[in-house]
Amino acid sequence: MTDQRPNPDELLSRIKEEEIRAARGKLKIFFGASAGVGKTYAMLSAARQQVQQGTDVVIGVVEAHGRKETEMLLEGLECLSLKEIPYRGKMLQEFDIDGALARKPALILIDELAHSNVAGSRHPKRWQDVQELLSSGIDVYSTVNVQHLETLNDVVGGITGIRVWETVPDHVFDGADEVVLVDLPPDELLQRLKEGKVYLPHQAERAIQNFFRKGNLIALRELALRRTADRVDNQMIQYRREKFVTPVWQTRESLLACIGPGEGSDRIIRSAARIAAKLDVPWHAVYVETPELRQLSDSQRQRILKSLKLAQEAGAETASLSGGDAVEMIINYAREHNLAKIVVGRDHARAWRPWYRSFADSIGKRAPDLDVIQLAREEGPSDKRREDPTDESLLDRLKAPWQSFAMSVLFCALTTLIAMPLHTVFELANIAMLFLLAVVLASVRYGLGPAVAAAFLNVAAFDFFFVSPRFSFAVSDVQYLMTFVVMLVVGLVTAKLTAGLKFQARVASSREQRMRALYEMSRDLSGALMPEQIAEISQRFAATGFGARAAIVLADDAGRLHEPVDVPGGVPSIDLGICQWAFDHGAEAGCGTDTLPGSPLLYIPLKAPMRIRGVLALEPRHPRSLMAPEQRRLLDTLARLIAIALERVHYVDVAQTTTVQMESERLRNSLLSAISHDLRTPLSALVGLADSMLLTQPQPSGQQAEIAAAMRAEALRMNALVSNLLDMARLQAGAVKLNRQWQLLEEVVGSSIKAMAAILTQHRVSVRLPDDLPLLEFDAVLIERVLANLLDNAAKYTPSGSSIEIGAALGERGNIDIWVEDNGPGLPAGKEEDIFKKFERGQKESATPGVGLGLAICRAIVEAHGGEIHARNCESGGARFVFSLPRGNPPAVDSSEDILPPEGMRS
Amino acid sequence: MSEPLPVIIVIEDEPTIRRFVKLSLESEGCQVFEADCIRRGLIEAGTRKPDMVVLDLGLPDGNGVDFIRDLRTWSDIPVIVLSARTSEADKVEALDAGADDYLVKPFGAAELLARVRAQLRRRAHVHGAAQSVFEFGKIRVDFGRRIVEREGMPLHLTPIEFRLLVYLTSNADSVLTHRQLLKNVWGPSHAEDSHYVRVYMGHLRKKIEDDPSQPKHILTETGVGYRFVI
Repeated sequence: MTDQRPNPDELLSRIKEEEIRAARGKLKIFFGASAGVGKTYAMLSAARQQVQQGTDVVIGVVEAHGRKETEMLLEGLECLSLKEIPYRGKMLQEFDIDGALARKPALILIDELAHSNVAGSRHPKRWQDVQELLSSGIDVYSTVNVQHLETLNDVVGGITGIRVWETVPDHVFDGADEVVLVDLPPDELLQRLKEGKVYLPHQAERAIQNFFRKGNLIALRELALRRTADRVDNQMIQYRREKFVTPVWQTRESLLACIGPGEGSDRIIRSAARIAAKLDVPWHAVYVETPELRQLSDSQRQRILKSLKLAQEAGAETASLSGGDAVEMIINYAREHNLAKIVVGRDHARAWRPWYRSFADSIGKRAPDLDVIQLAREEGPSDKRREDPTDESLLDRLKAPWQSFAMSVLFCALTTLIAMPLHTVFELANIAMLFLLAVVLASVRYGLGPAVAAAFLNVAAFDFFFVSPRFSFAVSDVQYLMTFVVMLVVGLVTAKLTAGLKFQARVASSREQRMRALYEMSRDLSGALMPEQIAEISQRFAATGFGARAAIVLADDAGRLHEPVDVPGGVPSIDLGICQWAFDHGAEAGCGTDTLPGSPLLYIPLKAPMRIRGVLALEPRHPRSLMAPEQRRLLDTLARLIAIALERVHYVDVAQTTTVQMESERLRNSLLSAISHDLRTPLSALVGLADSMLLTQPQPSGQQAEIAAAMRAEALRMNALVSNLLDMARLQAGAVKLNRQWQLLEEVVGSSIKAMAAILTQHRVSVRLPDDLPLLEFDAVLIERVLANLLDNAAKYTPSGSSIEIGAALGERGNIDIWVEDNGPGLPAGKEEDIFKKFERGQKESATPGVGLGLAICRAIVEAHGGEIHARNCESGGARFVFSLPRGNPPAVDSSEDILPPEGMRS
Repeated sequence: MSEPLPVIIVIEDEPTIRRFVKLSLESEGCQVFEADCIRRGLIEAGTRKPDMVVLDLGLPDGNGVDFIRDLRTWSDIPVIVLSARTSEADKVEALDAGADDYLVKPFGAAELLARVRAQLRRRAHVHGAAQSVFEFGKIRVDFGRRIVEREGMPLHLTPIEFRLLVYLTSNADSVLTHRQLLKNVWGPSHAEDSHYVRVYMGHLRKKIEDDPSQPKHILTETGVGYRFVI
């Protein structure tokens, strides 16, 4: 029963997917079986329709190839100019992605999705350009031929005999929002071809003529139709899943493809991608680097890396693992990632080694619960180049400086010399032992090549000098042939073993060296307090660890990059444009990546837990040296360590400034309250003493009482001034913390009128508040202060007997407007804003008391609440002060437990 | 001398203010004892059997709030707080600790005496017999029958409004903080919902005040709470 219900995780991921999709542009692909079926034409027609509907359409790149109909369609559409890129002395034209991003149309047309960009463009492939356009929210129309699909590449190559190198990964095709199949029967296509309506590049005309055979075209058409049908089928499944038509829940039994050093990894990857697509499961591709595999030649490793990259493009999650036992690592990885099917290449049958267990068998034996799928590797030497690397590697391993060879020859001669006199004393068998020892020593000292040479030389010397007939290579006793063979084999085996051991020791020591360097760097970084120190440490580490020059480009809080941090050794020249790209996209760019691989520098974003802190730019002496997996891992660790160090330094700064701020705030507050206390205490005493004068016995006379009252009034006025000044100082220093609570405006209006009652005795105050006024969130004390100041103002500047009205209403943008209006003489013209300035008064040198702080305080308080305050004259004369407060979301008042007793309601 | 003179202790560190307060209170016919710090104040309060304490919050040997807490463990005499500070939080703290009223410096003799009189009167009320009917303005509250009338017409109050009114009237002239009102009318679980108090206070004012925006009985002490006056 539970199967019927959708998995909440799945629902969640679908919602997320939809969100991401909503923000992305939409990709529509016009898909055809071959060139000439009219994809571009169809695309342009669709675009014209969009234009008619008012969409902002721009042509990024469309090749009309001189076809009349197509050119006609191009007319009247806005066309982006192409970018000129110098390449080997020629200027080549390429799609201008920056121009397109800057123009930001609603829809852009980009022909030939599979096109490879000229070296020096931002991305090596056009589809990567399109991805970037999509992620910045631009819709894209594009065209693809069936032979350009990555996983169909082999198949189409097999049918037509022509391999294309420009491919589009299937995930791009499958990820497209819409695919329109542009279909043309082969006969019509051939007719068009005859009429010259199909564009063919000149250079390969014959090959292409070969391509356009009817049989090929039918096959291609079938492929295109099938691929489209597959897509539609997937959509149907997707639809059913979304609409919950039937419970077709996928078991997430994903696929794991293993890449080895052997041949045909690319084919395994492509097949695995196809299987994964058929099963509709995600898949992984891993390469396990065992100590033996570290001995592979550079070109072999490059090939493995290329396969991994291919897998990545085909939508796999890739990883390069490192460990002693490949089978063990693979099984662990599969278990960890819940991958139930393991795809491996089938090993060649080894009749001469019947005990040999294939990789697939080993997995099967150790993890019987996992499915193992064996795939055929590429059969036949389809590509000659593939054969070379192995030889190269063997030669590589035998290679050694000539001195070593000379030394091993010398070794041999020395052994012979030593053995000469001993020959009379010892048995011949022991002499042979002596020669063996020489081979072992040579291999320990000089490596495999010299050791092999020594083995052969020693056998020869032994034969020549000691085996009778002596001083001749002839052998009288056949027995000695056995001795030679054993000697040679033992010599070679020990040579290989010691060489292998030495190699592993070297690998281990270099790994240890790297670890030590990393450890030292992290130790240094942990002590760094400034970005400059971090830059210097990373510069040092990059130089020793990678032989590269490094620079750190820091980003500020607004996400802008600055000039690289200066270090004593100087920094490589950095392209800030690529830097910014790497930073904005949070992805690596520059040499060895998909983005601007032509750049001599590699840019790695420094991702720290909170945000990207900047970019690490590396200028390697040998770009390829950065591509090895262990180097990549080291580089990742390096970038991570630097990022964390930068973040730590950043937060040290933040903590320092916060401490300083807190300290100064504390100081300011204590100063203000000290001043306030010191000023108010004597004033309080003054008021009180003036009062108590009236209470003294005998009672003071009328005049004395009058003086006492005047003293009291002046002291109170002084107090008001001091309060205003201190409040202004507090507000300006930002020392006022709003105590926001949900308040009834009516209440604050009432209390402000009550507070000002003494001043308002000569005025009529009316309140006009709507009944349905919501609760407002504000600091009641401060807003009362605003209202009191406005009332005070109104009382001061209007003649006695004037009326003052306080009101409120719903204002603009969901704010509540609150006003204080009088019917006095109004504000002086043109002064409506000035009166809110400090020490500014409506009437200069007037008899009205005050320093002009009241309204400035009002403004400061209202603005602290996120509102505005303005003044103007009413049409009827008189001044009107209006301030707004944000409405917010008032909390509900639960009155369910408080119901009128029913009998009370009836009476 | 039918009635003994009320005894008041003034705890204030400023001699001039202390003098003025003493002068004013004595003119009202009170017996005043002075103290200039908390320690001294506690001794006076313990030995003089005072009827009231007038207390400054900022004292050299500590916070006046501590004095109130200490005093409230053994006495319920009225406490009026003198506060030189603008911060409402201090007043609320003092009131929550058990103070009955407060005065903000500078204050005049008339204000001080009015508050002192009100508190002394309330104390006399509390010690008198409990009333079953309470009248103020145009309102008549019959606690026993749970009836409220305005100019003879019955007034319909919800249970909470009634509880609120009863609590206000029984603490007339004292400042009640939002927290105190919430705790006593709504119960301890609502201690943080101070907007409840405001909303219900608004309802109650509409029912018993002539002009709810300029109330005569339920006065707002902005940022602190409410005061009910007859």
